[in-house]
Amino acid sequence: MKDVIKGLAYVVGDSIDTDQIIPASHLVYSMSIPDERKMYGRYALSGLPTADQGLPDGNIPFTEEDAYESSFKIIIAGTNFGCGSSREHAPFALMVAGAEAVIAESYARIFYRNSVDGGFLVPFESRERLIDSIRTGDLLTIDSKSGIMTNETQGVEILLNPLGDVADILKAGNVFEYARQAGLMPK
Amino acid sequence: MGQTITQKILAGHAGRDRVAPGENIWVDVDILMTHDVCGPPTIEIFKREFGEQAKVWDKDKLVIMPDHYIFTEDPHAMRNIELLRAFASEHDLPHYFDVGTSRYKGVCHVALAEEGFNRPGNVLFGTDSHTCTSGAFGLFSTGVGNTDAALIMGTGKIWVKVPETMRFVFEGALPPYLMAKDLILSVIGDIGFEGGTYRTLEFDGQAVFDLSMEERMTLTNMAIEAGGKNGIIAPDEKTFDYVRTRTDATFNPIYRDENAVYHTERVYDVSKMEPVVAKPHRPDNRATVTEVAGTKLDRAYIGSCTGGKYEDFLAAAKILEGNEVQVDTFVVPASTEVSRQLREKTLNGKTIWQVFLDAGCKMGHASCGACLGGPVDTFGRTHGTEVVISTTNRNFPGRMGSKEAAVYLASPLTVAASAIHGKITDPREVLV
Ligand code: SF4
Repeated sequence: MKDVIKGLAYVVGDSIDTDQIIPASHLVYSMSIPDERKMYGRYALSGLPTADQGLPDGNIPFTEEDAYESSFKIIIAGTNFGCGSSREHAPFALMVAGAEAVIAESYARIFYRNSVDGGFLVPFESRERLIDSIRTGDLLTIDSKSGIMTNETQGVEILLNPLGDVADILKAGNVFEYARQAGLMPK
Repeated sequence: MGQTITQKILAGHAGRDRVAPGENIWVDVDILMTHDVCGPPTIEIFKREFGEQAKVWDKDKLVIMPDHYIFTEDPHAMRNIELLRAFASEHDLPHYFDVGTSRYKGVCHVALAEEGFNRPGNVLFGTDSHTCTSGAFGLFSTGVGNTDAALIMGTGKIWVKVPETMRFVFEGALPPYLMAKDLILSVIGDIGFEGGTYRTLEFDGQAVFDLSMEERMTLTNMAIEAGGKNGIIAPDEKTFDYVRTRTDATFNPIYRDENAVYHTERVYDVSKMEPVVAKPHRPDNRATVTEVAGTKLDRAYIGSCTGGKYEDFLAAAKILEGNEVQVDTFVVPASTEVSRQLREKTLNGKTIWQVFLDAGCKMGHASCGACLGGPVDTFGRTHGTEVVISTTNRNFPGRMGSKEAAVYLASPLTVAASAIHGKITDPREVLV
């Protein structure tokens, strides 16, 4: 986990499910063969209805038609982000597209767990609803130590919830490193 | 303070007497299940972390059931099956149920029950969110991602945050026009589709124990649509009978303490409940069938782990018999065993399969089918602006294929009644 995560915000709504994060028809690509892996970046968040792509204006694709990486690094979401299926391809796709963190009001538990255990993304929780104030394209900085998120574009600071127990796994890198440290796996 | 069934099962698997909600613990896993979508990436991570030559922790405890993308020409989907096949033979896995052989089973959650892998008191993890289905047999079961599954594959262990339990008590006698699907859609409508996040949904009460095992599975299956970590029902004689006819394995039933502490408790009188649907595009967007009756349909779909079991088809067949469907109606048995039962068992002298054919339904092969859209050539997949009524469990945009399609979730009775009228219809209108 990086101490500072800095990048452009991409704002989505409530209950963004895993089919919107990565539609099921794309799950057949290999997650390791580079030529196929990049397709996850290409199709990340492609299941969002056009009007909901990049709030408040909408119509802003997360990844452009001809690109495999997104110009947005931090996803801002409402409640229940990542609900639906258990597919790890969801946080993976966001990571492949270049996202490093999500800030949501709440998460579906499997998505949350997958993000942490796989070391794909840092899932921060916000204390307040951010999707009405942050705009897609705002420049944000998250200090993961202090939990302060600064909206550079708007000149506002917001305190995020502490990461709690999962910080240890995020610091270790992923659940395997964590299990090695706990003596459950050979080093 | 007393403990719930879920706490007691988890405590036992962590080598402890008691655990409290909110604690993170490491548990021993009895069964790990994976399928064709998440199996190959799980295996890849397993090899990356434990080494190319590593052995799975216990091959008797690993179950691999391809079911999602089976009847398709999609080359990537076919490659996934080959990867599973190679892994199964490399590790000489006894519980690999290959496609295109007599061992092929169909949808994992239904097949886990049929093959005797759901054993009371156990801990079962699967790389699929509907793994919570198995909880109908009094065990702790939940879905995880590929990374967690790979860790289990190598060590047999995983960390769990002990959940609080929400208790749903169903009392009264279930009227013939209602099914477990109506009960669970009502619960999800009441608590919202994140109302159970991180928690256990425990189903209790006489009306639950009056249900068959298949109907109980419909309740626990959809715990995840309320965000739940697991769904669970205490085991009883029906559970033991079902399990004993499927496996010789021993098991250790666990019950709650008398003074168990619950997060919340809700009591329902099922005799007063109504047939309901979940309107597009959320499983908690509940309406009574009366409220949406008359909505014009383009398609009906009967299938999936929640609505494609034998009794789901039997219920639908009772309505379809002697009638003709007015919209395209796709029928996809969850498992090959269900499929066989449909061809063997009869209703008024006709096989159930024949009842569907005579009513004009299109019959598919046992699998997940269009429940999750899938490759473009998937049977029953939506491609446009279809309005669908379906016995499946999710109606998010694009779930059955097309983002523009609108899916209503309902019980097999409601779906069948609607299919023969071409519009959403209350099963009470057609049941005699
Ligand atoms: S039938 Fe549907 S819900 Fe069930 S496992 Fe298959 S895709 Fe998932």
